[in-house]
Amino acid sequence: MAEQNDQSASRAPAFIIFGLVAVAFIFGWINSKGAELSFHPMDQFEVKRFFGKGDVGTFTITNATFWMALSVAGIALLLVAGTRGRALVPSRFQSIAELAYGFIYKMVEDVTGKDGVKYFPYIMTLFMFIVFSNFLGLLPLSFTSTSHIAVTAVMAMAVFLAVTILGFVKNGLGFLSVFWISSAPLVLRPILALIEVISYFVRPVSHSIRLAGNMMAGHAVIKVFAAFAAIAAISPLSIVAITAIYALEVLVSFIQAYVFAILTCVYLKDALHPHH
Amino acid sequence: MATETTDAAHGAEAASPGMPQLDFSTFPNQIFWLVVTLVVIYLVLSKVALPRIASVLAERQGTITNDVAAAEELKQKAADAEAAYEKALADARAEASRIAGEAKAEMQAEVDAAMVKADAEIAAQTAESEVRINEIKAGAAEAVKEVARDTAKEVVAALGIDIDDKAVEAAVATQVKG
Repeated sequence: MAEQNDQSASRAPAFIIFGLVAVAFIFGWINSKGAELSFHPMDQFEVKRFFGKGDVGTFTITNATFWMALSVAGIALLLVAGTRGRALVPSRFQSIAELAYGFIYKMVEDVTGKDGVKYFPYIMTLFMFIVFSNFLGLLPLSFTSTSHIAVTAVMAMAVFLAVTILGFVKNGLGFLSVFWISSAPLVLRPILALIEVISYFVRPVSHSIRLAGNMMAGHAVIKVFAAFAAIAAISPLSIVAITAIYALEVLVSFIQAYVFAILTCVYLKDALHPHH
Repeated sequence: MATETTDAAHGAEAASPGMPQLDFSTFPNQIFWLVVTLVVIYLVLSKVALPRIASVLAERQGTITNDVAAAEELKQKAADAEAAYEKALADARAEASRIAGEAKAEMQAEVDAAMVKADAEIAAQTAESEVRINEIKAGAAEAVKEVARDTAKEVVAALGIDIDDKAVEAAVATQVKG
């Protein structure tokens, strides 16, 4: 440690990497005593009782419950506790809260127009939940709520139904003109309408599977590489690969939350302004 | 890691090979808690967080606008003050030159008056002096006459000529006059 402190700051990253690799070796050595190379990339997604063992009922408190509650706590911490000061010159947390607010607000306004702004709290809710679940899921040994199709499908279906109902309430049968592309040649319109209808109903599927699939795939890949770390010879490579994929996952966590939110805005725009 | 391996063994006998995502028995649980979570988040956001952030942003915007307006106003005030200062300076200069002129004129007047007075005094003294000089001159002439008369008398007496005083006087008077 003393030698490390003597080194100039530019060599610190090298020492950190060395330390990480050393730690990885030690863990690999401890781990390798028990098990052979074993892949359990999907175990992290299991929904289990949070207290004790047994079946999972509808109202059982599970790890999913726990991590969803943590995301609520995180959101409250950031957006409520972080802005408690109401400072004119914001603190760091307040800055982040304001950035998140401004980011989603501007997105809703840009995509759906002025009349879409009143749905901003709903989109903000979805975005904040997804982004917090994604990032909490990046913590080691955590559970990623948004990697479950049950979760994303409920959100996607909620968006789909809300948008469809809103479309008919706002525009009546005129909402059907969303399928009738008036800018296309007349001959093509029926065919395009058919494609539009199909794509409209595929929306909730793609909307939900995109998010769950991205989260699941990234986490599973990390676990696969983690399993390779048990073999001492390739564990450094494995650690590097995990680091790289982790960095990618950080990006994906944000981007998928953003994509979910912006697609919600796009669907909402269709409901508010169905005419192309 | 150790717990994971036991869990895996447990999972193997509990038989859910493949994706836990497709284990439909956990769906109601997840959906229930998701709905609870979303409702709670929505309430927290719509009741507390978003209005607060919106008000903070609006307040900041207002403050910035006000500050810009205030700055504009202050700038105007500064320009006004500068103009007033320039004007005051010009006035002061004019006043100063006026006062200087007045003082100069006053002093000139005083100097002139003093000159006149001094001239008058000098003239008076000159006149007085002249009178005195004339007096002295007259006195001197008289004294010369007297001395000449007395001298002539003595000279005549010394010569042994008996002569009337009046004749001596007349003779001296004609000689002095000539």
